[in-house]
Amino acid sequence: MLLVVEQFLNGLQFGLLLFLLAAGLTLVFGIMDLVNLAHGSLYMMGAYFAATFAAWTGSFLLGALLALGATLVLGIVLEMSALRHLYGRDHLDHVLATFGLILFFNEAVRLVWGPAGLALPLPAWLTVPVPILPGIHYPAYRLAIIIVALLVALLLYLGVMRTRIGMLIRAGASNREMIGALGINIKLLYTLVFGLGAALAGLAGLMQAPILTVQIGMGENILILAFVIIVIGGIGSIRGAFLAAIFVGMIDTLGRAFLPNLLRQVLSGAAASTAAPALSSMLIYLLMAIVLVVRPEGLFPANRR
Amino acid sequence: MKGLSVSKAVTALMLAGLVLLPLYSYLSGNVFILTLFTRIVILALAAASLNLIMGFGGMMSFGHAAYLGIGGYAVGMLAQEGVGSGFIQFPVALAASAIYALVIGALSLRTRGVYFIMITLAFAQMAYYVASGLARYGGDDGLTVYKRSDFSGLINLSNRTQFYYLCLACLFGVIFLIWRIVNSRFGLVVQGLRSNEQRMQAIGFPAKRYQLVCFVISGTMCGLAGALLANNTDFVSPAVMYWTRSGDLMVMVILGGMGTLLGPVMGAVVYLLLEEFLSQITEYWALIMGPLLLLIVLFGRGGIMGLLGRAGRG
Amino acid sequence: MAEPLLRVEKLVRRFGGIVATDHVSLDVASGELHAIIGPNGAGKTTLISQLTGHLAPHAGSVSLGGRDITYLPAYRRCALGLARSFQITSLLLDFTAADNVALAAQAHAGTSFRFFANARKEKGLRAAAHAALDRVGLAHRADVLVSKLSHGERRQIELAVALASKPKLLLLDEPMAGLGVTESQGMVKLLQELRKEVSIVLVEHDMPAVFALADRISVLVYGRVIASGNPDAIRANEDVKRAYLGDQHVVTHHG
Repeated sequence: MLLVVEQFLNGLQFGLLLFLLAAGLTLVFGIMDLVNLAHGSLYMMGAYFAATFAAWTGSFLLGALLALGATLVLGIVLEMSALRHLYGRDHLDHVLATFGLILFFNEAVRLVWGPAGLALPLPAWLTVPVPILPGIHYPAYRLAIIIVALLVALLLYLGVMRTRIGMLIRAGASNREMIGALGINIKLLYTLVFGLGAALAGLAGLMQAPILTVQIGMGENILILAFVIIVIGGIGSIRGAFLAAIFVGMIDTLGRAFLPNLLRQVLSGAAASTAAPALSSMLIYLLMAIVLVVRPEGLFPANRR
Repeated sequence: MKGLSVSKAVTALMLAGLVLLPLYSYLSGNVFILTLFTRIVILALAAASLNLIMGFGGMMSFGHAAYLGIGGYAVGMLAQEGVGSGFIQFPVALAASAIYALVIGALSLRTRGVYFIMITLAFAQMAYYVASGLARYGGDDGLTVYKRSDFSGLINLSNRTQFYYLCLACLFGVIFLIWRIVNSRFGLVVQGLRSNEQRMQAIGFPAKRYQLVCFVISGTMCGLAGALLANNTDFVSPAVMYWTRSGDLMVMVILGGMGTLLGPVMGAVVYLLLEEFLSQITEYWALIMGPLLLLIVLFGRGGIMGLLGRAGRG
Repeated sequence: MAEPLLRVEKLVRRFGGIVATDHVSLDVASGELHAIIGPNGAGKTTLISQLTGHLAPHAGSVSLGGRDITYLPAYRRCALGLARSFQITSLLLDFTAADNVALAAQAHAGTSFRFFANARKEKGLRAAAHAALDRVGLAHRADVLVSKLSHGERRQIELAVALASKPKLLLLDEPMAGLGVTESQGMVKLLQELRKEVSIVLVEHDMPAVFALADRISVLVYGRVIASGNPDAIRANEDVKRAYLGDQHVVTHHG
């Protein structure tokens, strides 16, 4: 029972992190029609920045805040220098160009930080188990992730749905030429949106850093999950991304937690321990395949003409 | 007609070079270059198969490396189980690739554009995970192929030169087939679908059917490359299917010039030689490669073949 | 009277809250040239799209030669004898004019699952393509890339492509759009000849052309057919005059 609740919360936490990543990706794609494979690299930079700044300043929180700012700046610089030239071009061009960026980032990180990963230790007050239900404790940090991610999701929702800028963003998603005609500074809007996406990716990266190791290539693995979420949820739909992300996070975590035991009933020990993680990873793709068969446009596609 | 002759001259030179390479290797005693170029030729084959669906068919598949794995594992797994005959391994590799392409294609072609790119990517990762989960066949560590495919005296794959010429023959054979296919009735339909699907539907062509068949043909060809690759490295592992490998193939196709017959060969040669060269000059070659790709996308319309064509026209 | 070639009955199509096609019914007899006119936004292209199978109606039916084709996908209707030209020229830009037309012929000449023989060398297909191009007067431009053809020439190629399918019914969506005076006259002459061999449904804004060509005219306003009959009757119809032909800035709402 304890284990189920804990894994359930872990699934929620992972799902929310995936949402942050997917939200940035779907925003950028929905508004600028840009396929950004280097989104995972921004996630990685967030983690590396956090580990570095936390070590310099000696404070986890300060390190995290600085990392967030740094990733935001990095995103903006990237957009202004390189990526804005890709707007309006074939998606294939996007794929190729951002693929090149991935190579560049991975190599740059190796240059600066070396091939071994980094660690981001948590301050003592965040490792305390918090009693959330009578008799059930959950690590404070993971709880913090859930709270922060939910807050951000709420802010994102309110921002996109209730503010004027959000209105411009939604309008831009439906009709790019229109908002240009309205005299809004498109360039600035796009840069801001990209920056927002980068910040979301960086946030996801730095929050995940203490739990997973910070290493080169961490972005690629999780980027694919973000893609799958967008496909399942429906491109351009933040709501779809949210629901799909939670769903995917749950399935992945619960699968990893309980599948090995299930498999051990059926297979030998060695076979089970190799097959289990592979099978759990596969679950997500199977899910995606099913969604594709049943609803190719995604479960909650944004209403676009 | 100057443009034609510059690109023709360069291509002819490249092809001649490929054919004569073992001679150079023998005369200079440089064995490494033979192994290197065997790998280049095999990946050129893979790139050519990708070009069929990407360049001619307009289907941007980001999961093509999966076939390298499927073909490779067919050889590896059968070898492990004691079936060493190439006459069984290779057909199995092709059949497995075809089946995978059929299933994945049927699912992925329900989507378009960037969705399609993402989905082919995801399915290839799935194949990667399946391979990592096969404890019996090495899992993450991969599978050593102790004996190369046996073709009972017809050809000895352990002989580097013979193996090289086999790969080259396969490459030329595949390119020939692709040439016939793209100019056939089927090929014109597939190209038409790339150009304007709405128009093609209006004149009576159901898109999915043709694209799926093209997809399967392409995957099967790449499976051949996979089987050859496993023989070349005497090893197969999930890493050969990792999505960045699919990216490499895409780069080769685009670099060489999409939708041209020999572009993929050109692209493979240049990309892999660059990789080899740069990694000897500096261990930070990827640092250069990355922005280089970016620049190519932004300024290099039509890849190398396009460049050559323009160079000739002056 | 014989069974109409095309029968549209109470077709309905909505887009959210808007009823783009509002219980539209019309008949087209074999050998007839039937024009559909109406102000911009009346739903003409939506109607054509439902007839060709690119859009599915929400209610009502479409039958061709007595056969119900309401929900048949677009590519199947071509085999049944329906061909269309697009309002916004839709051709294979990186192919030659001859290639475009030959592909249309190919769709009706056996299977296209042939992988080896060079299709561009198939005499039958090339001859059919040449014949269609000749019909529209563009045989001399056969080997030019469509991307290099003028707008007027592309409109003509659209027609040639439609003809190559050997249709029983041609659906032409504003074939005169963007044509100059001489080109328009040429197009009208062409249509006068074509109507002898194939039934035509013509959506057009060019009024002189419409009244010169049409056997019958249907007027579409806000998705509804407000009048249908021969050109004289339409010319005399008060509703039509008010809604469309007369004070063009006054478009009366038909409740």
